[in-house]
This record gives sequence, C-alpha cells and structure tokens, in this order.
Amino acid sequence: MRHQTTQRTNVVRIFGTVIFAATLFSLPLASRPLLPGPVAAPEAKPNATAITIDNFSFVPTQLEIAAGTQVTWINKDDVPHTVVSIDHKFKSRALDTDESFSFTFQDPGTYEYFCSVHPKMTGKIVVK
Amino acid sequence: MSDYIKENLDHDGVDRRGFLKCMAWAGTGTLCLLQGGVLKSFALTDILQKNVGNLKGDLSFVQISDSHIGFNKPANPDVTATLREAIAKVNALPTPPSFVLHTGDLTHLSKPEEFDTLAESLKSLKTDKTFYVPGEHDVLNDNGEAFHERFGQGTQGDGWYSFDQKGAHFIGLVNVLNLKAGGLGNLGHDQLEWLEKDVANLKNSTPIVVFAHIPLWSVYPQWGWGTDDSEQALSYMKRFGSITVLNGHIHQTMQKIEGNIAFHTACSTAFPQPQPGQADSPGPMKVPAEKLRSLLGITDVNFVRGKHTLAIVDSSLQG
Repeated sequence: MRHQTTQRTNVVRIFGTVIFAATLFSLPLASRPLLPGPVAAPEAKPNATAITIDNFSFVPTQLEIAAGTQVTWINKDDVPHTVVSIDHKFKSRALDTDESFSFTFQDPGTYEYFCSVHPKMTGKIVVK
Repeated sequence: MSDYIKENLDHDGVDRRGFLKCMAWAGTGTLCLLQGGVLKSFALTDILQKNVGNLKGDLSFVQISDSHIGFNKPANPDVTATLREAIAKVNALPTPPSFVLHTGDLTHLSKPEEFDTLAESLKSLKTDKTFYVPGEHDVLNDNGEAFHERFGQGTQGDGWYSFDQKGAHFIGLVNVLNLKAGGLGNLGHDQLEWLEKDVANLKNSTPIVVFAHIPLWSVYPQWGWGTDDSEQALSYMKRFGSITVLNGHIHQTMQKIEGNIAFHTACSTAFPQPQPGQADSPGPMKVPAEKLRSLLGITDVNFVRGKHTLAIVDSSLQG
C-alpha cells in the first residue's frame, strides 16, 4: 500500500498541523530580504480533500479529484467502518469514531470502494 | 409495529400471546421452549413473574446476543455491566439452561481485551456449555482469526458447525465474512455445500435450530438486515417439520413464521437499534438512561418432545 496512513486524529487537527507546518516554512522566508515576485504558496498537501462517514454513508458518495490528491476519510459514526477498494487498491483497518484513513490517488481512473463491515455502504472516486 | 412483521403473524398457529409479546419492539431476553419440535417463545420477564404456564420441556437453552464489549458511548457507557445483568437474569431462571448460544458481536472492535472481558464475564453463567457464532464486529481486521482461535475451536471451514441435543439438531452458521460490496450477509459456496450434506441424513421429524448473527430472512435489506444466500440455505431444510432460526444483529426482537420455519431475532445486551426505516441509519439508539434496560435482554428456548411446540421467551433486563 502506498501513501496511506491511519491516524487517530480528526480533521481539525490535520488542518491545524498543516497550518503549523506552513508557518514554520514561512519563517525563514520572512527573515530574508524581500524579493520581487509572488509569495510562495504553502506546499503541504496542495490537493487534499475529506470524505465524512456519517449515518452509515460516505459523504460525498461520489467525488471527482485531480491526480495526486490525498483523500482522508473520517468516521463520525458510533460504530466502526472500513474503507476498502473493490479492486484491492487500498484498504483501511476498522476506523472507530473520529479515526481517519488517507490515501493519495496518483493515477487517473475510477475507484469504487465500500465498507467491508456494512457492505451496503459504497462510494466512488473519479481521478482525472 | 411495522406492517411487514405483523402480516406474517397471521398464520402462526402458535401461542399468539407469546408472539405478540415478542413483537413488542422493546428488547428483551427470550426463552425458547422446544416442545416436540416446534419452538415457542415467551418473554423472560413473564416467566420470571410466572405470567405464563408450565414451560417445562425436554430441553431449554438461552440465546444472548450483541454484547459489543468495548462500546462506551450513549446510550450505554457500560456494556459489561448490562452483560452481567443479562447473565444474572439467565442464572435466575427456574430451570438452568442446558447451554447458551451467543449469536455474535461479542465485541465492538475485535480487540483481544474485549474478547477477554466477554469470556471472563460468561464464566459466571450457570450452564454446561456456551456456543458462539461471530458477528461482523468480531472479525474486523483479521478475517475472524482471533475469534476462531478463541471461540471456534473444532468448527468447520470459517467456523460453522452442528451438534445434537435431545433429538434436536443445532446448526451454527457464519454469515459475516467475505461480504461483497453492495450486498448483505453472506454464507458462501463452501458453507452451503457443507450445510446440504449436514442435514442430508436427518429424519424429516428432527427439529432443526439454525443460529447465525445476521438475520437469515429479509428483515430490512436497505440497512443490510438480511443474508444474500439464505434462501439457498433454507431450501435444504424445507422437508423438516420444524425449523427455528435464531439471529441477532438488529438489536431488537422480531418474529416471522413462514411455513414450518419460525424466524426470531434477539435483543442486544448492550444497546438498542431503531426499528427498520425509523431513523436515518441503523446506528445505536440514544435513549434515556431509565429506559435503556427495557430495551436490552436475553432469549430463553424450551423444547418438549411430543408436544410439537418450541417456546421462545424474550425478556428485558428491566424488572
């Protein structure tokens, strides 16, 4: 499995870390003499998006993203769910409440997935 | 009460009062009494309060289900305590059950310490033996290996098995593994093949009791409350005079009679779930603390040879 992590954290903390990292990154820049030209955009996770698992559903159920985008699923239900690719491209462990799972989609294509605990729950990612 | 359950009760030909009692959505424990091959059910509360007649049978056993050890959210932050209350209820029965069936979701997250707590708690059950089948919460990350190692010794394939007690044939099935995207519970080809052979040489008059976690009848497919290949499984048993199917998973009692088959689901000992379609999802129901125990319970079954009745009694943890 590549580019996938399971984190016991929440989206707020993920974004908090991103902001913190971006702040660190920009500090040395600020200490240099200002150069003409555009300010460098933070490089951390320029393409990241989240899917919420709520009420036994993936929200949004279908998602279109650009190649290279990292998708993070976060479970807001009181019961565990999984995120499992039908074509075995990615597979999370069981995510308890507020746990999350991330996967970066490098290659264009259609990725269908489901919750292997509650297989009625299905979703689709289209990578352009 | 939902119409699709009610309609099926019109042809039951068995103790209507008992079944109506079980129809109560309020979760309870169930006593199943196998009398001459037919399963009858009664609310355990009624038995303990002596509201029903003599339930003495050739065999009595108890079903408990969905203990979800490890769950710690509203409406039940202490599922170990309610499991212990369920055990106390079983131990208070006038006739100790010959054995106990646990129909799955022993744990919430398949963690070793959750299995430990479950096993430790059930040691205080006053019965000779406890039989298990896994729920989907027991097989989360290892395809059921840990469950199988601890609770499935001596079973076939992925954990299915059968045994005989007092002339009745009991079959434990596994329908929570290898679930397919978009699908329901699943028995699979190997298990079906085994099942067909398992019942092939039994007499038509042998009472059959099948138990599995996810209902083997279509309770509410929209929420995954059914098993894709259960009809195939039941087709092998059509010739038998009495088939009783005991399931868990939906955390509420429901009954359906279809020909010679009596379907029954048991309550959870941990938390209630909504009636089919009565909420956005089948997730745990949050109920006031004082109401919780009326929605949890156990199931007791009694069998009397020659009387052709098998009594199932549900009773709640309350009272």
